[in-house]
Amino acid sequence: MAYEITLATTMAISVLFALSLNFISGFCGQISLGHAAFLGTGAYASATLTKASVPFLLTLPASAVIAGFFGFLIGLASLRVRHDFLAITTMGVGFLFVGVVRKQDFLGGELGMAGIPSPDMSREMFMVFCIFLAAVFAVFSLYIRRSWMGFVFDSIADNEDVTRILGIDASRFKLAAFVIGTAGAGIAGALYAHHFRYIGPDSFGFVQSVSVLAMVIVGGIGSVWGVAFAAAILSVLPLLVQFVDDYKLLLYSALLFAMMRFAPDGIAGIVRRSAARFRRATP
Amino acid sequence: MTPVLQIENVTVRFGGVTAVHDVSLTINVGELVGFIGPNGAGKTTLMRVITGIVKPQQGRVLLEGRDLARKSIDARVGAGLALAQQIVQPLHDMSMLDNVALSCGSRKTGRVITAMLHTNREPERDKARGLLEKVGLGNVVDAMPATLPLGYLKRLEVARAMALEPKLLLLDEPLAGLNQAEAAGLADLILGLNKAGQTILLIEHNLREVLRICPTLYVQDNGVPLAFGEAGEVMKNPDVRSAYLGGHA
Ligand SMILES: Nc1ncnc2c1ncn2[C@@H]1O[C@H](COP(=O)(O)OP(=O)(O)OP(=O)(O)O)[C@@H](O)[C@H]1O
Ligand SMILES: [Mg+2]
Repeated sequence: MAYEITLATTMAISVLFALSLNFISGFCGQISLGHAAFLGTGAYASATLTKASVPFLLTLPASAVIAGFFGFLIGLASLRVRHDFLAITTMGVGFLFVGVVRKQDFLGGELGMAGIPSPDMSREMFMVFCIFLAAVFAVFSLYIRRSWMGFVFDSIADNEDVTRILGIDASRFKLAAFVIGTAGAGIAGALYAHHFRYIGPDSFGFVQSVSVLAMVIVGGIGSVWGVAFAAAILSVLPLLVQFVDDYKLLLYSALLFAMMRFAPDGIAGIVRRSAARFRRATP
Repeated sequence: MTPVLQIENVTVRFGGVTAVHDVSLTINVGELVGFIGPNGAGKTTLMRVITGIVKPQQGRVLLEGRDLARKSIDARVGAGLALAQQIVQPLHDMSMLDNVALSCGSRKTGRVITAMLHTNREPERDKARGLLEKVGLGNVVDAMPATLPLGYLKRLEVARAMALEPKLLLLDEPLAGLNQAEAAGLADLILGLNKAGQTILLIEHNLREVLRICPTLYVQDNGVPLAFGEAGEVMKNPDVRSAYLGGHA
């Protein structure tokens, strides 16, 4: 049973993390290759705080604010960068994060932080809590899609210049997506730190960023259900199959590439198209 | 007469090409000005200077007396400009109706937090439906733009611009790609809007319709202003005649 609980908790944290990237990349079409940096920011922030005996639950909003604040700064800086360059810029941010964390003694440097206190709840309770937070973020995402904010996001993902010609300050909306998405990653990071109770610079590197982007693309960029499903599967696969774990970067990069090439709208798109075909076939 | 738009000594160069050369132009409240000139005259470029897509090397643009220089495109639209572009740019992933509805929702999209707190799109969709009917697209409201011919998308551009309820409506060749009946219909609509008080700057190659509806003409050739004034007078101007016969015959 303990193993299943670990799996379910890992899954829930990954779903939350992937949905947070979906907010940025899926809703507004801003591809980020450095999202793990914000997971890391939340993880280190929360771990540092609980080690200083701040109650775990209080570290969640703190992690969100700190990660969201860094997200705001990076978002502001990358507003001038367009489309394809954003991927490069965020990738740079990802490397920068790892590089800086490695050198900080108070964050454990190369060795990372071990002995992170357990959250003040049972393992079952923690699993339920993680699932609950992932579900809340999913519902929030679905709500945003329906709102006028989602309407504007659709327009930005479609054509940013036209959005501006319609009198909409596209930059502000992109920035808002960036802040919400990075704050979400911060919360996922806090959960991550207290789930594994050890974090190191390599937990939040390029592999993690590519993996989460793969989850978003495979699920179907922008689709809340598709992304949640893909994140659930792809997060536990390396835990169940050793081979996947060994070749994670290679496999997930290949998956990412194959999806972009052959099914850019991901699982959500494939399901939508098959459903349409099925409906046409059965009058 | 109160000026809505003042263009003062605007010059735009693209590398060696001077697309707009020292142009000054004033448009007053309630006017409908036809802006004509041969291909490459710099009409679209001047339009883009007004909306802020192109930055001029010299000169300035004032809307209701306020300099627009430091304003972004969306801020200019917020201040009262709207543009229907020559090269159509529909939002491909949404229906014709939603293309216009988004434009109708400027009160809800003005601030991020307002946009976040509102979900109801129906009032804007109703208004959008009315606008699409006005431009003759009432039968394709639910169609996706990619499935429609150019003449339809031209009118979508016009409907989207109208949805913004601007102080100055900028139309860049809205009649291109329309057949004669459609062109006459849309020209009537433009005239009707103007009669109802809308100030309009209309770029158009379709001289027949321009001369039919525009009381005032501005002519530009090779970036240089040739004539401005009452339409009949302007068309008698020998420079205008030779530019037109030279450029178009
Ligand atoms: N972005 C650009 N870069 C370089 N040159 C440009 C650019 N835009 C326009 N030009 C040049 O500036 C000149 C004026 O072009 P513009 O599109 O403004 O003319 P126009 O009067 O709108 O023509 P048309 O009637 O064909 O639409 C042309 O010589 C064109 O090639
Ligand atoms: Mg033009």
